[in-house]
Amino acid sequence: MTGVGAVLASGTAATSALEVMTTRHAYVAFALLLCIGLYMMIANPNLVKKIIGLNLFQTAIFLLFITSAYVEGGAIPIVASGAAETETFVSPLPQVIVLTAIVVGVSLTAVGLALCIRIYDEYGTLRTDTLRELLRDEGAIPERPQLGDGRVATDGSAAADGGESDD
Amino acid sequence: MTDVLLPVAIAVPIVAATLPIALGPRYENVGWPIAAVATVALVGLTGAIGAEVALGGQFSHALGTYQPPVGIELVADELSAAVLGLVAVVSLATLAFSRVAGPRGNPFYSGYLLLVGGLTGLVLTGDLFNLFVFLEIVGITTYALIAAGRSGASAYASLKYLVLGTVGASLYLIGVGYVFLATGTLNMLDVQAQIVEQAGYVDPLVQASYAFIVAGLALKIALFPVHVWQPDAYQRAPDAVTALMAALVSTTSAYALIRVTYTVFTVDFLAANDAITTALLVVAGASILSGSALAAMQSDLKRMFAYSSVAQFGMIAGAVGLANETALLGGMVHLIGHGLLKFGLFLGVGMLSLGYGARRIEDLASVAREAPYTAGAIAVMGLALVGIPPSIGFLGKWYIGLGAVESSLTGGGVAGIGIAVVIFISTLFTLAYVARLIERFYFAGVGLPDGHGDDASDPAVTDGGRKDASEASEAAGVPVSPVEDAPRSSWVPDRVPPASLAVLVLTALTAVGLGFAGFALAEWFDPFLTEVFA
Repeated sequence: MTGVGAVLASGTAATSALEVMTTRHAYVAFALLLCIGLYMMIANPNLVKKIIGLNLFQTAIFLLFITSAYVEGGAIPIVASGAAETETFVSPLPQVIVLTAIVVGVSLTAVGLALCIRIYDEYGTLRTDTLRELLRDEGAIPERPQLGDGRVATDGSAAADGGESDD
Repeated sequence: MTDVLLPVAIAVPIVAATLPIALGPRYENVGWPIAAVATVALVGLTGAIGAEVALGGQFSHALGTYQPPVGIELVADELSAAVLGLVAVVSLATLAFSRVAGPRGNPFYSGYLLLVGGLTGLVLTGDLFNLFVFLEIVGITTYALIAAGRSGASAYASLKYLVLGTVGASLYLIGVGYVFLATGTLNMLDVQAQIVEQAGYVDPLVQASYAFIVAGLALKIALFPVHVWQPDAYQRAPDAVTALMAALVSTTSAYALIRVTYTVFTVDFLAANDAITTALLVVAGASILSGSALAAMQSDLKRMFAYSSVAQFGMIAGAVGLANETALLGGMVHLIGHGLLKFGLFLGVGMLSLGYGARRIEDLASVAREAPYTAGAIAVMGLALVGIPPSIGFLGKWYIGLGAVESSLTGGGVAGIGIAVVIFISTLFTLAYVARLIERFYFAGVGLPDGHGDDASDPAVTDGGRKDASEASEAAGVPVSPVEDAPRSSWVPDRVPPASLAVLVLTALTAVGLGFAGFALAEWFDPFLTEVFA
């Protein structure tokens, strides 16, 4: 965990915004990608693009783990039997976590796209606004949103607000 | 050797999940028997784990003999044994209904078994990242099962849940990443020790980590501002899936919240971060109020009980935020009790829709005459949900309310009193919508041509009475009648599947019976509480 320790130690030192941009650019990219992905999920009316936003969101998290595991001059953590453990090794744990998370992300994308295909077969559109009108015509969601269902119409933004306000 | 029970309990449903698909091309309808065998085995294993915990306290298993903190650990203690019991029993009971009501087909039972395996793993794991993996297994299978409904609306509801649920799990993963950066470990107990050693409770990284984890789990649990996926998902899913989901999926996420809060971050962390606890209590209070109010406005039965879940989980989140022994006990009791009650209620609603085609409150006039046992069981469980003693619903709410008042009296500020008041208001709302249901069941048929009582034809009745009766008949519409191919049984007049009816009545009796078990439950959870509040 030497890498983690180093990151923490330098992270607590007072740094100017410019220094953060130049030395911690991977973390800045993490935050940016996260926000872009979240915004895409909320603002884009196309269901497939929402899923692309979701992927971007998840990729940002992979970046966080990979960045945090980077050790200057670190070696692969495989020690030949009998050899002395003198080198600096990289912790394999974050890499393993990212691998698992990628697998999870791929299966989620698959399920999401399968659902998109079904929705397209059924309604012939992937735009949420058109879809909502079709569902309303079908009677699947109430005519004029009542108080209870008014929230449904603004689901994406409400969800994001709630998710963010706790942070 | 008994510790090997834990991995076996997870492996049995997951391995069995491959069988329906593998054997599908050769044998038709092999899914249900395989699911039944695997779930019965899971109930047996759960019983053994429960007995082991009762006799010897908590025990753990190091997967693949890699010792923690490096390896992944599975742990069973009083809390996880209780939730595991709920998972095993409810998933077995759901099978009785899904056999008749569908969805049919082998792939459905593969998904079903994967879901059960994921829930089991979620309850037993002692590793933060492993928890994320099981959270996603549960999530993905739930999305697939919701989409097993035939309509396009269910695919849309499922996709909405997929997007929001994945954001929730990803936020949880960010939280885990932060706490990993702060401590360099993922084992729950090790993180608990390392937070103190390496970071401290007021380290911004640790605080941010907890905030992300709570936000993520709140999405999964469906607390107030982020509950929007839940009513649609519950309403559009096939009835058997709704019963399973409402009883288990959010419940295990709430279990994860309790576990992460008290085993990983501990009470001292909550005490050191007033702002975080206050925010949690505010969200919980908003959840309780809005969930109850929205539930009272619905006319679709499944939607009504779905919003009611938002309120009940608000209470559990409130119990977590209060960080008080009594309240946490209430939270755990309510976690189990609410799971049981919602299973019963959604099962009853599903049975009524199967036998009578009734999905909305208006359709249910005098259903108690047609289906006395089903209506009776739903009414009993509705009253238990309101919190009328003796019932498990009363116990949970009572302890949470008591804990809330206690925390205020011992210098916890107004937040405790606020939660108690909000719970009281929510109880009134719950009474309002349950009473509406009971009124439909037992009284709305008065004056119908075929109605019970003889008010309509009684000449002695006053003009006012006659007028009321005719008004009632206009308002009530037609009495319910069974659908054409509704199942029939020689034992009861209810036109519902007999096996499911037995399960429903048993669930109602258990919900009432557990109301007498307050002391036993307190004793069962006592070792966990002593450990947490040591």
